[in-house]
Amino acid sequence: MGTYFHSVNLDEEKCRGCTNCIKRCPTEAIRVRKSKARIINERCIDCGECIRVCPYHAKKAISDPFDIVNTFKYKVVIPAPSLYGQFKAVYSRNHILTALKIIGFDEVYEVAKAAEIVSSATRKLMKKSDVKKPLISSACPAVVKLIQVRYPSLIENIVKLESPMEVAAKVAKMEIAESKNIAPEDIGVFFITPCAAKVTSVKARYENGSSFVDGVISIKDVYLKILSSLGKVRNIEDLEQAGFEGIRWANSGGESLALETEKFLAVDGIHNVITILEEVENDRLEDVEFIEALSCVGGCLGGPLTVENVYVAKTRLKKHLDAAKAKGSDVHEDEKEYSGDFALTGNVECKPVMKLDIDLAKAMKKLETLELINKELPGLDCGACGAPSCRALAEDIVRGNANETDCIFKLREKVRQLAVQMMELEAKMPPVLDKGIG
Amino acid sequence: MGLSNVLKLHFDIPANDFVSAGEASSSVKKTLSQLGIAPQVIKKSAIAMYEAEINAVIHANGGTADIEIDQDKVIIKIQDEGPGIPDLDLAMQEGFSTAPDTVRQMGFGAGMGLPNMKRYADELKINTEVGRGTTVIIRVNFA
Ligand SMILES: Nc1ncnc2c1ncn2[C@@H]1O[C@H](COP(=O)(O)OP(=O)(O)O)[C@@H](O)[C@H]1O
Ligand code: SF4
Ligand code: SF4
Ligand SMILES: [Mg+2]
Repeated sequence: MGTYFHSVNLDEEKCRGCTNCIKRCPTEAIRVRKSKARIINERCIDCGECIRVCPYHAKKAISDPFDIVNTFKYKVVIPAPSLYGQFKAVYSRNHILTALKIIGFDEVYEVAKAAEIVSSATRKLMKKSDVKKPLISSACPAVVKLIQVRYPSLIENIVKLESPMEVAAKVAKMEIAESKNIAPEDIGVFFITPCAAKVTSVKARYENGSSFVDGVISIKDVYLKILSSLGKVRNIEDLEQAGFEGIRWANSGGESLALETEKFLAVDGIHNVITILEEVENDRLEDVEFIEALSCVGGCLGGPLTVENVYVAKTRLKKHLDAAKAKGSDVHEDEKEYSGDFALTGNVECKPVMKLDIDLAKAMKKLETLELINKELPGLDCGACGAPSCRALAEDIVRGNANETDCIFKLREKVRQLAVQMMELEAKMPPVLDKGIG
Repeated sequence: MGLSNVLKLHFDIPANDFVSAGEASSSVKKTLSQLGIAPQVIKKSAIAMYEAEINAVIHANGGTADIEIDQDKVIIKIQDEGPGIPDLDLAMQEGFSTAPDTVRQMGFGAGMGLPNMKRYADELKINTEVGRGTTVIIRVNFA
């Protein structure tokens, strides 16, 4: 597997080691060391919480620069539906899609269209009797990673279908190769992403083979380019393919509403997702057959690499939804056409990064020591040691990555003890100088 | 201190605290995953313990949880000094519950707790005495 890639990274120069981020991280992946935040790579799920919370904007997501499109002869853009919420509602969807062509793409294929294909496949899956319910959507890669890391017993509940992005890339590449007679390797497919998690899901697919996406560009990075091109559009081309059901995926609840069932639960925001996954793990959810869990508050419209405020974006998306609704469509007519093609090929693996040792006996000893250390710590979870909680510090100590004196209270205790010892020593005179009354 | 080969954990289960109810089982779940125990085993232990913990909260004014983990199993002992269970066979039946409406409105009291414990535990022992309290012992094997 080699080194573990994830998109969210630190800008060393901007980071002041303020510890604001360490407590917000849902997997306790951040530590502050030598006044700089460090991300424990294999724990990071790329949720982007730390990007949002950092007051110095020192957390960034690695994505591809726009220039990457020039490395391919035929350039195809696949915009996430959340892109539509970034611009003023006076610009129609076709207007935005045409602007994408102006900035340098030969063709556009909406991820929202692929979302409809995934919805269709999911509807079929729901009807099968041998699937583990509640099914949990695999659309948000941060949530999938969270499950792999923290809720491995729920892996079998994950919908084993490719994400709309991956489906869009695959379909676009195949269709264009055939209709335009272009060699697939000459076709570059570029995803416009609202988040870091999607970048990682392309760059590090591990067990699922390589991606059909050739580059991932953040909404932030192309925003100005698109904005200035919106004014340059002369002839608005008819490029829309998706109906409102596909576009609605940008909203929390959008994926669920396409499933023709009432028995769904839509949750957004990674900390809320955790609460719900706990409930599922405790077998506490009744009458829920499908769970749509999105890492970002408000769904992908609230993605960390978007530009517009999530609530403003929501209002704007509503206009696009209404327009698509007015146009009709969405009768699920191509239910058969796409069947079976988009199953995830590999397994979603359990990534037990919380494990203290591969050997159970050793892990038990470490855990026992961890508990003992934890008991001695003040329990204030102040974060001054650079760990998100006292228990996390205890864990770091057991793993050999920290010392007890990293705790300022422990350090003070030690200093006080030393001071007492020094006083005692100081009071002792060498016998030759001792003028004591004797 | 010599390190033994049994890991012991202790939790107090507060009375009538519906918000923090389930914290002890959450914590045990975390412990088991730090030990690298198989996900399905963790799930079985967590559900069984969660139900016993909730019962102590809603039926018995809280209690204590004592966990013992060794190389091949986890033993979960939930103890309370509540009213006890007068007819255990009846209580074990699916859907049987004496939980008041208020508790039910909060989503508890479906009468599935004891049956679920039976289902997920590899061994379930219940000692109960009316007026004195209840002790539930759940064993889940690692292999
Ligand atoms: N610790 C306990 N103390 C007293 N009564 C209990 C206890 N645990 C269970 N019971 C009794 O057994 C019944 C069934 O328990 P359970 O199957 O967990 O269902 P529920 O908790 O939903 O009522 C309870 O309604 C209660 O009358
Ligand atoms: S992206 Fe999320 S998981 Fe990764 S370090 Fe930041 S807060 Fe933690
Ligand atoms: S909710 Fe959407 S934008 Fe946010 S991390 Fe998940 S896929 Fe990305
Ligand atoms: Mg119960």
